[in-house]
Amino acid sequence: MLALPPAPAPAPRRQLFVGTALACSAGTMLIGGMLAIWLRFRKAAMTGTSHLWVPKGISFPEVASNIMLFSFIGICIFAQWAVYAAKRDDKRHVGVALLLTGLLGLAVINAQAAVYAQMSLPIHPKDGTSAYGVMFYAITGTFVVFMIIGVVFSFVTAFRYLGGRTREREIVTAHAIYWYFAAAAFTMLWFVVYVTK
Amino acid sequence: MTTIETAPHSTSATSTAGASHAISMVGAWITTSDHKRLGRMLIGCGLIALLGIAAVGGLLGLERIDVNSTTLGSGSIDQLFSLFRVGLAFFAVLPVMLGLGVAVVPLQLGARALAFPRLAAAGFWAWFFGMALVVLSIVANGGPGGGTSKYVALYISAFAVMLGGLTIIAISLATTVLTTRAPGMNMRRVPTFAWSVLVSSLGLIIVLPVVIGASIYLYVSYRYNRVPFGGNQGILDWTGFSMTQPQTFLYVLPAVGFFAEVIPVASRRRMPMRGVVLAGLAMVGVAAITGASQLPHLLPWRGSKLYLGHFSTKLGDLISYSLFNIVPVLGVVIVVLLAPLAFAAKKGQRVAPKITAPFIFGFFGVTMLLVGMVASVLDGVIDLGLQGTVYEEGTYTYVCYGAILAALGAVTYWGPKLWGRRLSDKKVMPLALLGVLAVVLSSLPYLIAGFADQPAGAITFSYGGPHALWNTLATIGHFLMVLTVLGYVGLALQGFRTGELAGDDPWDAHTLEWATSSPAPVNNFVGLHTVMSPQPLLDLKPSPDAPKTETA
Repeated sequence: MLALPPAPAPAPRRQLFVGTALACSAGTMLIGGMLAIWLRFRKAAMTGTSHLWVPKGISFPEVASNIMLFSFIGICIFAQWAVYAAKRDDKRHVGVALLLTGLLGLAVINAQAAVYAQMSLPIHPKDGTSAYGVMFYAITGTFVVFMIIGVVFSFVTAFRYLGGRTREREIVTAHAIYWYFAAAAFTMLWFVVYVTK
Repeated sequence: MTTIETAPHSTSATSTAGASHAISMVGAWITTSDHKRLGRMLIGCGLIALLGIAAVGGLLGLERIDVNSTTLGSGSIDQLFSLFRVGLAFFAVLPVMLGLGVAVVPLQLGARALAFPRLAAAGFWAWFFGMALVVLSIVANGGPGGGTSKYVALYISAFAVMLGGLTIIAISLATTVLTTRAPGMNMRRVPTFAWSVLVSSLGLIIVLPVVIGASIYLYVSYRYNRVPFGGNQGILDWTGFSMTQPQTFLYVLPAVGFFAEVIPVASRRRMPMRGVVLAGLAMVGVAAITGASQLPHLLPWRGSKLYLGHFSTKLGDLISYSLFNIVPVLGVVIVVLLAPLAFAAKKGQRVAPKITAPFIFGFFGVTMLLVGMVASVLDGVIDLGLQGTVYEEGTYTYVCYGAILAALGAVTYWGPKLWGRRLSDKKVMPLALLGVLAVVLSSLPYLIAGFADQPAGAITFSYGGPHALWNTLATIGHFLMVLTVLGYVGLALQGFRTGELAGDDPWDAHTLEWATSSPAPVNNFVGLHTVMSPQPLLDLKPSPDAPKTETA
């Protein structure tokens, strides 16, 4: 075996941070790709070359959808607060910030459920031609999955950090990155699905 | 009273111990997160899947020899075409390429493990069970064009799960290259194979989620409202872009990276213009943009009507066509063209090149792959009328089978690091020649038949050319591919178990994986190494290239 000179201990390379960033890139492409297909169908419907778009009699619960958007401002602030507190080894503040992030995430999921309930959008309309119901439930459902992952991420981070692994600050940073991604993804989705419809 | 205990029968004890050992071995492999085992599982499953897929390709060729009779049920033809198309890319080529990356990249980087090894293991199992369910659904009359609705729905969801698994593995690989390099190994010093795996993985992270997104729409649409996305007939319309060129270039890129890795080892000197090689490999990554846009970039040339009124449109078409179709091909051309430079002797230096089985496999594999890539560039020229013909199948087969051929070379090359033994060059090299014959026969006839307008995905057609000849040759080619892979797997099973002990550095190689023992221990390296150049081992060997330490 050839002998190479021994090396010093490697510098930390922020593996969890990079991995989360790459996973968020994949998530962005997933939502971005779905929004692109959404816009393609919408354009076809608007120019009259395809099926109907929003079924008649459907109203959009703007309060709930806007509250979801504003919730993400809070989520981002709380996630960054956790990073700030972790850098200062302030365990109590980290815990509060992470729990608030998770709770707000749950609130967003709840708001999405309220949107479903208020819209009463049929997934299979009577005339059977509109793609809107299918696409609405597919894209918002995918986003709910992202929200569930985020809430689990928040609680796992809190569990690990409050459990005593206070030196593992990287997970708190990675957690914040994930919520920034979720906020950006929802902003795109909110504009396309709830504003331009 | 004396109590005499009956001694257990020695044979049954041995068999019980043997059985428990076997169970624990199987358990260890199933629950493993060791990158070398995971990589081998991906490669092994991919090659076994390839045997089936190549046989399906042969059956489809057989079916097309006589256009007036059908041996297989007419209802199953669509499913078999789908199985061949989906299977070649996602059951065989991509898993084998990612498997090579999983097994080798951490060793090349001087890392002790893969980043997120348990996640990568989860990705493997998601791919494996997704693949099994895709096959099951197609067999049960599901899949694109299938008639049993619950199995069509199962196909769509299993397809998404399978791609999800592959995406997870790509994330793990990209993170490994970006974060677990040995001290001193900056991105310019990363081995070419690891670099190609990084470019390919980043491309997959961009593209595969887009296919998954389309699959989610397809699934919900199929379950509740079949009109908008075309029902069972629309599946390939919405996901087919992931199984055509230039998308497939991303999948096969590690094969080119492997060839770039063995060129300097075979020529026994440093790779000239290494930065250009890295740039060439990165250029193939452009294919990811085509996938993300979900559109083929075609060239509607419309004959010779090149006048000023249409000039800007033609120029726009030409630019987008060149960027997305020609640039990736150019990247591979650059890598291949640099090979002769590596073999060209410098003044006053005479070093005999060392042509080994991995180099031969790599050379033929990448040459075949390149022929497929160049041919696929023509497919985008609308005036040639090749779209919708078997020409596309021919280029697809050229690219995928070529990559598999190079992958067999990669397994031969890195086998000693995974099993501790090496395959006999004399036994393996004839398989490379058989493989070339298989690739040419299975692909080239379809390129010719494509010009004669033989339609893709159809078994009944008519045209003036000798269609029976082309389809017979293609059938022989597919079955020769089965024979090549079968022969290789047989040799590997024997050679890697009982073959010649390899030693730590059997190829006189340049990169870090050869600095550890063969087979590599659990954590790969006993100590960490400081890397001073892209060829850390060559720096320690007497070389005609007079090792020079590169400044970072």
